[in-house]
Amino acid sequence: MFVSANASHIGCKPVAQIHLDQVSVDFVIYQGSGRSLKKTLLHSSTSGIIRHDAQHRIQVQALDKVSIQLEHGDRLGLVGGNGAGKTTLLRTIAGVYEPTAGRIRVEGKITPLFDLSIGFDGDASGYDNIRMRAAYLGVSREEIERKMDDIAAFTELGGHLDLPVRTYSAGMMLRLAFGAATAIDAEILLMDEWIAVSDAQFLEKAERRAAEFAGRASILVVASHVESVLRRLCNKVLWLENGHVVKIGPVDEVLTEYRQNQHLDAAPANRDLEPTVGKLTM
Amino acid sequence: MTLLFDSADRSQAARACEDLQLGAMSWSLWGMLGWHDIRKRYRRSVLGPFWLTLSMAVLVASLGFIYGSLFNFRLSEYLPFLALGLAIWNFVAAILNEGCHSFLEFESLIKHVRMPLSVHALRVVWRNLIILAHNAVIFVVMALWLGLWPGFGLLEAMLGLFLLVVNAVWIALLLGIACARFRDIQPITGSVVQLLFFITPVMWKPELMAERQLLITLNPIYYLMEVVRGPLLGETLPLSTWAGALLITALGWSLTFAVYVRFRKRIAYWL
Repeated sequence: MFVSANASHIGCKPVAQIHLDQVSVDFVIYQGSGRSLKKTLLHSSTSGIIRHDAQHRIQVQALDKVSIQLEHGDRLGLVGGNGAGKTTLLRTIAGVYEPTAGRIRVEGKITPLFDLSIGFDGDASGYDNIRMRAAYLGVSREEIERKMDDIAAFTELGGHLDLPVRTYSAGMMLRLAFGAATAIDAEILLMDEWIAVSDAQFLEKAERRAAEFAGRASILVVASHVESVLRRLCNKVLWLENGHVVKIGPVDEVLTEYRQNQHLDAAPANRDLEPTVGKLTM
Repeated sequence: MTLLFDSADRSQAARACEDLQLGAMSWSLWGMLGWHDIRKRYRRSVLGPFWLTLSMAVLVASLGFIYGSLFNFRLSEYLPFLALGLAIWNFVAAILNEGCHSFLEFESLIKHVRMPLSVHALRVVWRNLIILAHNAVIFVVMALWLGLWPGFGLLEAMLGLFLLVVNAVWIALLLGIACARFRDIQPITGSVVQLLFFITPVMWKPELMAERQLLITLNPIYYLMEVVRGPLLGETLPLSTWAGALLITALGWSLTFAVYVRFRKRIAYWL
């Protein structure tokens, strides 16, 4: 249905694939004292009496029987309100959450990019942080050393890369994280909100690099609130609401319907105004 | 292209097995991360991790003189005993305490990228093994000075150390899982560890506990400590000590594996 132009060289090598079949993810919320051992022990000894509120537990169904098929060349955008299950879906595809029901099958190497500065350590040097990050993501030592010059050149941090990153300004930090995150080619790229920077000098260069990076991936799944980003990057959109798929289809069709629905719900006037800055936490 | 993940192609037991196997095979990853943790702790200090050695040396010397004279021990026997006992105890206590954080500590990582969960437990064990190696220097220096040579005991102690580490892995895994689910196991462990220090023959010799041998016989840590310490001090261990250590290993791993099969999948959900 959504064969894209660059899916033509199938057959040269096995291609990346993602299959979700009726995938559900349920969270048990251990409310307050629910996590406590005492409560569980006390409960087990008195369970006969207070059965009605025995567990003190609330189940949240974050994903409800989601089925998706993605193949080489697919660029899927995820839309939906807060708590619709976008992040949970991304984490499920990343293999972090093994589904409580249904089946997921992923072929290909996954690069999750939910948090640019994953595994960063303020006391380690810029170079060491790049190496650590690569190790976490399963990138070989040789590969990251090969890319080191490229990253250093892109970040324009020069001698600062030898200093601990806690001495960096926020802008420098972002350059480092951004450079490291986009250096290694991804087969299946998962993003929670499009990475972008607000640094004016850096903006154009970063946008170009990010677009190229995403373009090289075999499959891209990106959750975003920003329509322009979805229109630019994606060739299909999945609309999630309360953990189930409302609609999946061509970008225009789904976005138009999604927007109409948002207006009906008296949603914020212009969703394009939401911040586009990538997540950066230290 | 490798198949990365299929949630329905094998049983949870096979998956738990695979997790442990892949975890063990990723030694370069947890090896690097363990070293990183140590370096992080001692960054910008001149002596670095040898601060551990130094503070342990001070502890051994002062406790040695105080308790040596209290109990009327010969220092040439008591000091090596104490140096080894404290070093091993430090390792065991750290595994018990830090084991509670095996998964909690790496929450953001676990929620970000899929990797064998056993990697995190192995990282905790490895960084404490590095610390144990630093603390062992004191015994080595002491042995050279006093002219102690364990001979074949060295080989036996290596076997004992291997057993100790194998046990440390299941402890770190099991406590990690338990503490991810029940957040108050951690403070409980903390106080149990304090208590264990006094009932485990670290500072006092087992012979002193003449009337309450049961307290020693039922203490699992005693066996794991003795299989390393005994041979290095030139003692011939009774077979029962080795049997005890092996039994603890078998029981511990059986329990941990069963729990791991059942709950491995839920760990990410609990964090």
